[in-house]
Amino acid sequence: MKKALAMLLLVLVGTLLFMGIYAMEGFRPYGEVDLAQRVSQAYIDKDVTGENPEVVYGISKDLETGSANLVTSIIVNYRSFDTLGEVTVLFLSALGVSILFGSFKGRLRSRYQPNFILRTGSKVVFPLILIMGVYIFIHGHLSPGGGFPGGSMIASAILLMYLADEAFRIRIEGFKMTEGIAGSLYVLLGLVGLTLAGYFLSNFLNTGTVGALFSAGIIPVVYVLVGLKVGSELTGIITDFLKGEVE
Amino acid sequence: MIQYAGILLILIGIYGLLTETNLIKIIVSLNVFELGLNVFIISVGFVREGVAPILTSVNNHSGLVFVDPLPQALVLTAIVIGLGTTALGLAFARRIYMKHGTLNIEEIGGGIND
Repeated sequence: MKKALAMLLLVLVGTLLFMGIYAMEGFRPYGEVDLAQRVSQAYIDKDVTGENPEVVYGISKDLETGSANLVTSIIVNYRSFDTLGEVTVLFLSALGVSILFGSFKGRLRSRYQPNFILRTGSKVVFPLILIMGVYIFIHGHLSPGGGFPGGSMIASAILLMYLADEAFRIRIEGFKMTEGIAGSLYVLLGLVGLTLAGYFLSNFLNTGTVGALFSAGIIPVVYVLVGLKVGSELTGIITDFLKGEVE
Repeated sequence: MIQYAGILLILIGIYGLLTETNLIKIIVSLNVFELGLNVFIISVGFVREGVAPILTSVNNHSGLVFVDPLPQALVLTAIVIGLGTTALGLAFARRIYMKHGTLNIEEIGGGIND
């Protein structure tokens, strides 16, 4: 009965969704989008305020945002306030998880012992994953990736160590400290932008040449902070989930 | 085509949310729902024969046809928030399991029928 009702509702919602979306004026069919009619073209030209000549990789200088990765330029430059909110949501959920598991002590016991290959291989792979994570968030303004994937990679390296070694412990206080400092510095950077350039999180540094490692103003700085914050937050979540029973 | 797949995933997610009684399966349904939504949003920004929105030494100027970078940026936000809500939901599920010994919401009950 419940399933039949759910099915009925589903057909109704599906039809409404389908008809609502595809009958909407201005909704282009799949793949036939003209970016010139969207706000995105301004982000691609790196000029929201006016007309800009073509941006060329390695040549164009001192643009609004010097990031070669256009998605990053939106996330950390044009919509940086949004990202601050996103980081806050992640922080709140990590806080919620640690409150829920706050009374737990020790570590959850696994039924399986880690085997030889996992134990030895993890020691080889661990530093490589860590370096890759750091590389990804430092190069967030040049290549795919950025603070969030880089931070997740760092947390995954810690998870690997947890899986490979029954006695592995991290000093979670250090991670909590990193998280707090990185988050505060992000807000502080926004306030510096407010003082120097007139609006919160404005890109007040020299944006340099598109494609250079030291370019794009505050974008790499923010992404390093976000990477550290996300990495330590996810490590905290993993550690909380692996906590054992109440003693 | 991929747009229809996104809508289908959304519907599957809603169906799971409505019919499942296991907490973990409800959280998984929520994730499927969210995945469908993300696929749909990404597909809205697709441009035929467009390149990835990253300037490189090969795709080196802004006059090229890029796919829309804005939906990708929005979906990145959505993915991270989805991760946060999933983690919190699973934490609640584990606490509930410890208190009641079951993950089935019908067995847990609402407290009125007890």
